[in-house]
Amino acid sequence: MSRRLPGAQQTAKVNAMLDAPRLEYTDASVRRGGSLVLDRVSLSIPAGAFVALAGASGAGKTTLLRLANRLIAADAGIVRIDGADIAAGDPATLRRGIGYAIQGIGLFPHWTVGENIAAVPWLLGRDQAWRDRRVAALLDLVELPQDFAARRPAQLSGGQASRVGLARALAAEPKLLLLDEPFGALDPETRASLADKLVELHRAQGLTTVMVTHDLADALTRAERIVVLDAGRIVADATPAELVHSDHPAVRALVASPVDQARRIAELTQ
Amino acid sequence: MTAQWSRALAMLPDRLAAHLGVSAAALALAIVVAVPLVLLMTARPRLRAAVLAAVGVIQTIPALALLALFYPLLLLLGGITRRLVGFGIPALGLLPSLLALALYALLPLVRGGSDGLASVAPETLDAADGIGMTRRQRLLRVELPLAAPIVMGGLRVAAVWTIGAATLATTVGQKSLGDLIFAGLQLEDWTLVTTGCIAAAALAIVVDLALAQAETGLTEGRPRRALLGLGLLVALVAGVIGWDASARPPASAAPAVVVGAKNFSEQYILAELIADRLRAEGIPATVRSGLGSAVAFRALAAGDIDVYVDYSGTLWDNVLHRSDAVPRAEMLATLRRELPARARVRVAASLGFENAYALAMRRRDATRLGIASLADLTARAGSLRLATDIEFQQRPEWAALQRVYGLKFKALTAYTPTLMVRALTGGDADVITAFSSDGRIAAEDLVLLTDPRGALPAYDALLLVGPHRPDLTARLAPLDGKVPVETMRAANWQVDRDTDKQTPEQAAKWLAAKAK
Repeated sequence: MSRRLPGAQQTAKVNAMLDAPRLEYTDASVRRGGSLVLDRVSLSIPAGAFVALAGASGAGKTTLLRLANRLIAADAGIVRIDGADIAAGDPATLRRGIGYAIQGIGLFPHWTVGENIAAVPWLLGRDQAWRDRRVAALLDLVELPQDFAARRPAQLSGGQASRVGLARALAAEPKLLLLDEPFGALDPETRASLADKLVELHRAQGLTTVMVTHDLADALTRAERIVVLDAGRIVADATPAELVHSDHPAVRALVASPVDQARRIAELTQ
Repeated sequence: MTAQWSRALAMLPDRLAAHLGVSAAALALAIVVAVPLVLLMTARPRLRAAVLAAVGVIQTIPALALLALFYPLLLLLGGITRRLVGFGIPALGLLPSLLALALYALLPLVRGGSDGLASVAPETLDAADGIGMTRRQRLLRVELPLAAPIVMGGLRVAAVWTIGAATLATTVGQKSLGDLIFAGLQLEDWTLVTTGCIAAAALAIVVDLALAQAETGLTEGRPRRALLGLGLLVALVAGVIGWDASARPPASAAPAVVVGAKNFSEQYILAELIADRLRAEGIPATVRSGLGSAVAFRALAAGDIDVYVDYSGTLWDNVLHRSDAVPRAEMLATLRRELPARARVRVAASLGFENAYALAMRRRDATRLGIASLADLTARAGSLRLATDIEFQQRPEWAALQRVYGLKFKALTAYTPTLMVRALTGGDADVITAFSSDGRIAAEDLVLLTDPRGALPAYDALLLVGPHRPDLTARLAPLDGKVPVETMRAANWQVDRDTDKQTPEQAAKWLAAKAK
């Protein structure tokens, strides 16, 4: 109600920022087979941050992300949200409080778009009226027409499905958003517009957002901070501006291509 | 026509209810076994190939053989449990049918279940976990609905197979729609065959339809549709049970004597004759027909049936395991002595006719060529053509004939029994193998050649009584010698002929009047 007033809106935003959780990894290790996928990783992500996890494939970025909602269990070390060890409680309860979206999207094909978006509120026992209101608001938020609520996932384009996936992740008003290559399979134009939308949502909803990406251009242009992993260890943790000047070989390898691409395009436009 | 239809309809409700019952029980048992197997395969994908191979091997055994295999197996197990814990396992009827049919239904169920669960996309499962579904919610809300088309497809195949294969349960003494089909095939009573087949097909179609409704309901998340399918199944079961109950005669207190019959006309007629005679004396009796030849004696010894007619030559070979040819009287005396000792089975009566292998000719030819016995045939065989039934040329009787009489025919052809007689009457053969009590011998004016050197074993029809009803021996003894071969041939012909066909019950009544 009070959000309609400009001054109050500003206050709400600040409050939301304060609500956003802090995510901390302390000496987290994950072993698969004989080798370490993550090797004593420590990382602190402050409340309200937008952090990109980058690195070559197999570097451990998805594993690091999935530690935060216990889709993977740490073999050693601790993961804390707002100071509380996440291993303490029930994993399903933990996950219902965290927004989660992945590259494959994983919409439930036998449910309507509306039912997909309302999945977590339904798990949390919200009533039908609450869920209907929430679905309507989220369709607006991700800029999809209201009549999409009755459609089946099979009737959606890739971009539309990604928007629905994002809406589902945000449905229960989580304050922590975990994204694993959420726009990985989209064409560049759709991808750019959705990435912009994501940044906007991150700010407006006051979220702590962690996003895995293999495309550094996404990370460089959208994230406030980029964590680069290589062979299960963090090799860089910097702002985009700092990162392009790094001299770590793994980081240089990642950065070289998008920077070079940007330079060539810049030359063309001159 | 009307007698045939009313007989078929009278048999139907009881058999339909039994058929539905044994199919449903077998399917339920198969599901109970399949569910943990599927979950095991999903949890440990390495076991998948092994489990599928094992249930696949079962499928390669013909259903008829699978049913027959359970009979000796259960007899053996029953013998062991009787010794160890004091009571046996019934080897005939419901149990072997249930086990064989359930095994048979496993492949489509296990295959459908595991393929169905494997068909759910990994990102869908990741999303289900990631948004905070519990294992149970994921299974019930995501995996099962998405696997439903394949799982239900497997279930539907299993249901239709089971209902179809349950007709074969008749051969191990389980009541089913197969009773109508097997009896009809033997009696060439197409009304019975058609009624049985249509009933089984209708049952399969209705069950499949109901499961299809359930499938649509599950897949599209429409519980009402799923309930409609379930309701249809319940209505079917209730309807069949209701029909059966209304058609059933009031139950009597005393346990009924079970009269067994193998699967051919003469056996059906004699079983009805025996049952009628017992009922006339106030003893309730039911007929369990269509028993496999190998099963019948063991069923009697085990007490699954109480009385039936078998043939001395068959018992000589199958029970006493003897292959020597002895004179008719000696064989009978030996059986009267040995059967009680070996299996507590008594010979209550020797009915007075033989159903033996013999060679037959057209009367006209036999007279013209001056052939009355197999010995007369020796010199003439080189210019004559022999038609046999399919198994005769592999039987010891044929070897004995060749050895004793030195028979060498111009041509030798195997036919199905019906076509064999046609071959003779149509002039395509000059001599055929025949069964001595076959109704067509008199009807087609054939002569049976005598066997002066006793090469062919005797096949006297013997009325056997099992260990649990020794009282029947005295009651049935008066039938001794009351059925001469001409009478049996005439009764068989009444049932086997194509025009003015009688039911076995009608033929039995006629025979009873003659046997007084």
